[in-house]
Amino acid sequence: MNETLERIKAQALKQIEIASDANSLNDLKVAVLGKKGELTQVLKGMKDVAPEDRPKIGQMVNDARSAIEEKLNKKLEELTKRARSAKLMRETVDVTRPGRRLIQGKRHPNQIALEDLERVFIGMGYEVVSGPEVEYDKYNFELLNIPADHPAKDEQDTFYIQRGKTTEDDILLRTQTSSVQARIMLDAVNPEKERTLPIRVISPGRVFRADEVDATHSPSFHQVEGLVIDKNITMADLKGTLAQFAREFFGEKTKTKFRPHHFPFTEPSAEVDITCFKCGGKGCGVCKGSGWIEILGCGMVRPHVLEMCGIDPEEYSGFAFGIGLERITLLKYEIDDMRLLYENDERFLSQF
Amino acid sequence: MNTPISWIKAYVPELDVKLAEGTQEEKEAAVKAYVDAMTLSGSHAEGYELKNKYIEKVVVGKIEKIEQHPDADKLVVCQVNIGSETIQIVTGAPNVKEGDLVPTVLDGGMVPFHHTKDNKYELVQGGNKITAGALRGVPSAGMMCSACELVRDYSLFKDEDRNADPEAGVYIFPADADVKPGDDVTNALHLNDAVVEYEITSNRVDCFSMIGMARETAVTFRKPFEEPKITVKGNGGDVNDYASVEVLDTDLCKRYCARVVTDIKLAPSPLWMQERLRAQGIRPINNLVDITNYVMEEYGQPMHAFDLDTVAGHKIVVRRAKDGEKFTTLDGIERELDKDVLMICDGEKEIGIAGIMGGENSMVTDSIKNLLFEAACFDGTNIRLSSRRLDMPTDAAGKFVKGLDPNLALTAINRACQLIEELDCGKVVDGVIDIYPEPVKEKVLPFEPEKMNKLLGTDISEQEMLDIFKRLELVYNEAERTLTIPTFRQDLTCVADLAEEVARFTGYDNIPVTLPGSSTVGKLSYEDRICGVLRDTCEANGFSGAMGYSFESPKAFDKLCIPADDKLRQAVTISNPLGEDFSIMRTVTLNGMMTWLSTNYNRRNKAARLYEIANVYLPKALPLTELPEEKLKLTLGCYGAGDFFDLKGVVEELLDKLMITQGVSFAPTAEYSFLHPGRTANINKGKLNLGYIGQVHPEVCDNYDIKADCYVAVLDLATLCMLAREDKKYTSLSKYPAITRDIQLTISQMPTVSSENGSYKLTGTYLGDIEGCIKKQGGNLLEECSLVDEFENRVVYHLSYRSAKETLEAQKVNGIVKDTLLALEKLGIDVSRAWSEELYGPK
Repeated sequence: MNETLERIKAQALKQIEIASDANSLNDLKVAVLGKKGELTQVLKGMKDVAPEDRPKIGQMVNDARSAIEEKLNKKLEELTKRARSAKLMRETVDVTRPGRRLIQGKRHPNQIALEDLERVFIGMGYEVVSGPEVEYDKYNFELLNIPADHPAKDEQDTFYIQRGKTTEDDILLRTQTSSVQARIMLDAVNPEKERTLPIRVISPGRVFRADEVDATHSPSFHQVEGLVIDKNITMADLKGTLAQFAREFFGEKTKTKFRPHHFPFTEPSAEVDITCFKCGGKGCGVCKGSGWIEILGCGMVRPHVLEMCGIDPEEYSGFAFGIGLERITLLKYEIDDMRLLYENDERFLSQF
Repeated sequence: MNTPISWIKAYVPELDVKLAEGTQEEKEAAVKAYVDAMTLSGSHAEGYELKNKYIEKVVVGKIEKIEQHPDADKLVVCQVNIGSETIQIVTGAPNVKEGDLVPTVLDGGMVPFHHTKDNKYELVQGGNKITAGALRGVPSAGMMCSACELVRDYSLFKDEDRNADPEAGVYIFPADADVKPGDDVTNALHLNDAVVEYEITSNRVDCFSMIGMARETAVTFRKPFEEPKITVKGNGGDVNDYASVEVLDTDLCKRYCARVVTDIKLAPSPLWMQERLRAQGIRPINNLVDITNYVMEEYGQPMHAFDLDTVAGHKIVVRRAKDGEKFTTLDGIERELDKDVLMICDGEKEIGIAGIMGGENSMVTDSIKNLLFEAACFDGTNIRLSSRRLDMPTDAAGKFVKGLDPNLALTAINRACQLIEELDCGKVVDGVIDIYPEPVKEKVLPFEPEKMNKLLGTDISEQEMLDIFKRLELVYNEAERTLTIPTFRQDLTCVADLAEEVARFTGYDNIPVTLPGSSTVGKLSYEDRICGVLRDTCEANGFSGAMGYSFESPKAFDKLCIPADDKLRQAVTISNPLGEDFSIMRTVTLNGMMTWLSTNYNRRNKAARLYEIANVYLPKALPLTELPEEKLKLTLGCYGAGDFFDLKGVVEELLDKLMITQGVSFAPTAEYSFLHPGRTANINKGKLNLGYIGQVHPEVCDNYDIKADCYVAVLDLATLCMLAREDKKYTSLSKYPAITRDIQLTISQMPTVSSENGSYKLTGTYLGDIEGCIKKQGGNLLEECSLVDEFENRVVYHLSYRSAKETLEAQKVNGIVKDTLLALEKLGIDVSRAWSEELYGPK
């Protein structure tokens, strides 16, 4: 009995030793330790053993079993390790190969600039509104203090629309988003409309001027108009608002400079320069060496304009500003030719 | 508006801009400080030119002696007296004579310009440095230079009287020039100066003159302003004995002043006047012409000089022209007039177009003896419209269109006569003819300091405000608390205007920085939010945002094969377009999209996927009776990036994002002339049309020069906004198992398009009908219905049924599938391959 046990044990250990994969180990486990396995058979022959010897034999069988199991587990572990390592080697890839990407489209740079701008003003409590692109003279000019024979009408080179004799007013392609100012003010004092005073809006949109297409001109471009009407609005508020806008849009360190200017519908009026966001004011190509970049026109809404739109200038005051969107886009991305914005070449659009 | 600082200083003598001394950098800094201060007080300087930049060690030299160069035919050796000594200079200039005074660059000096080989003059950065050397063996201690090497606008130094062509050789000072050897040339030629170019805004008519800019300068720097004291001595007589004036159309001529000068003596004007005119880009002609130009620059008032002896009856009549009348202006061109053009006539005929240009028949010639000066105030709008109709944008018209102060006319004509006397140009007859039926009144505005401070958000003292107004020549009436506005400030009409004057002269910088008080809620409009979702989704699906024009050529309709009678051809038309290509407002978005795809295709980009959100403009009636309808459209277009179904997938994704899913169908159609008749669908929700999708018709692709299949989809934003939902709700995940069935169907006739009598007919069985049938039969137990395989006319659908409430029994599902198959059979589908007798029983 003892010898048989020793033989089974020695044979099993040897076979474990030479096993080369997990499957043969498993077969061996069944053949030796399984229900019908050799060692189990030995236990089954216990009935032939004298009762006093049984504990001893039992002990011997158990010892052999543990020795085999231990060896078996060790070997299994070793083989698993080896197999895993072989698998890892096989699976090596060249990680410097390019990744696979879903092709995503890109926002138009003008739209990105617009949304950035809208975000800043929405944060400051402005509602984004819109108005028609084909517009009556009344809203584009007359209510903005630009009467019929005003030279500003020439300066802006307006596109007029062919119209029937039944319309009282000229129809034109709006030359400025300021046209929305008049509409919003009239709505605010019209009891039939939802809008009321105070007003705090921006109005982005397309405008048209008879400029031939070249690197810096386009007959169609975009503006963002801003209008605030409330009691006690001052020019200091206008300065503060635009200074805050400039810091949030162009960077925390941006400084603003207000230069007197003239617009028919604001008084006092100003043009606003910001410190160049490229060089910070030292002077570079973007700012043509001056350190400053002109970005917008603004001013206090003329009392006469308020009056024409039904708002009492003794009670209310306000400010307005207008930003040329393309100008900001071109500056921000250092695009040197405005025509690129309207060609829609994939190689251009995919850069944003 | 170009203003030389030297000219401004004539009226603001205390203005301190150091341009004659110091280094280049110091001179630059001095100009810049002046220009910046002017810009901040409202006179926006667009640029400036320092006239003595890169001019160093250039003095007046007198040529004492000229000898031929021993070894060169074209060179001469000059002994030049430069005051302190006489130096030897070799020159090739052909125009030098002994006794000439010339600009002489000494050893180590420099001039700004360099004479290039191709006979041009270009600026040398850092200066064109001159050193002593030798020419063909003869020592030369410097260089005599031409006007071209010293100043940019050298052609202004052309002087026919002296036969002096700036390009013909060195510059020779005129005989009467007040210069002597050794003088600094920058002084002698008045080059210690800078010309500042201002952008004058349309409200400041008064600033289109030296006087106006000088007044701005004086207030900006708080220095005294000294306007010229105008006195005309006169030579007796009475102007009314020499000439008469009658203004018939007073609506177009607010004021007409005339004076007469006799015994005209033409001569060159003095150098100082010539210099000032040159700085304005005006070539000096003779004393008479120069005086009128000078006064126009000085006061901004255009003047005209008539040869009195050519004025019939010595009578001036101001009246409108007649339609179709012809008139030859002094440039020799015959013009056709109309009844809205104002004319200056004499007793018999027209002699000038008022405010625009004089006539050939009365122009001043060298033989002039007696002269009639005109200084008038014509209606700005009329001059603007006339000069545009006649295409004559003259300098004079440019001044009148801005709307001049009628009071300026008298000042200017007297100033001109004063200069006539000072320059000894003729004898001024006493008296002025002055037709001024309705003199302008000075406006009086209330002085309201608290209102101004309230508007500006400032706390500026009354005294400071009054000080500014005083400098601006507004007269304060303390008792009335009013300000009287001088007539040259037509732009000051209300308290806001006065507040601006206070603000710009105390400095916009000194206005505090605050934010508006009350709070409001910022937001995007609903439509903008929907557009945002659409943009994100288009981009996530590979489409990039495009942007284009709203106007296009009417030829676009032909390129898009849109029939002649199609309603889409009813477009809003621009009366004054930049050209036919930009003449109508688009009614359809595809021309833009196809143009961009074509640009990409022809630049050999392998694929392009673009989207655009922009308007079409649909007239309610033509010609317009009201504003057209502006409809926002989302247009997608692509080539080289998949087929119809790839684009359809994007459209489905877009609709899904807006939660427009229930009842959406893609209805086959051949109604769009620009799309492939067999590959187009209307996108509908129930009976509502959202837009269309299709392959672009190959003929249209040809028209846009694209040799690839293009696909487009157009969706109407307003309809999408109306249908979109934002109320997403969670549906619980079913705990119960699904039962699946794969069914194989055989379609007898696949969809096809055929053409009959020029119209298209679509026939065949569409998968959309099959799926509709499956969905209808499956009801809410149908969880999935997907096309998993297809081969020729056979398709396999994978169906999955599941209940949210219970475990479905196979028998129930079998019943549903059986009913589905029977319904499909009624549509003409062969379902025999899907039929299982075991599950559904015998057919």
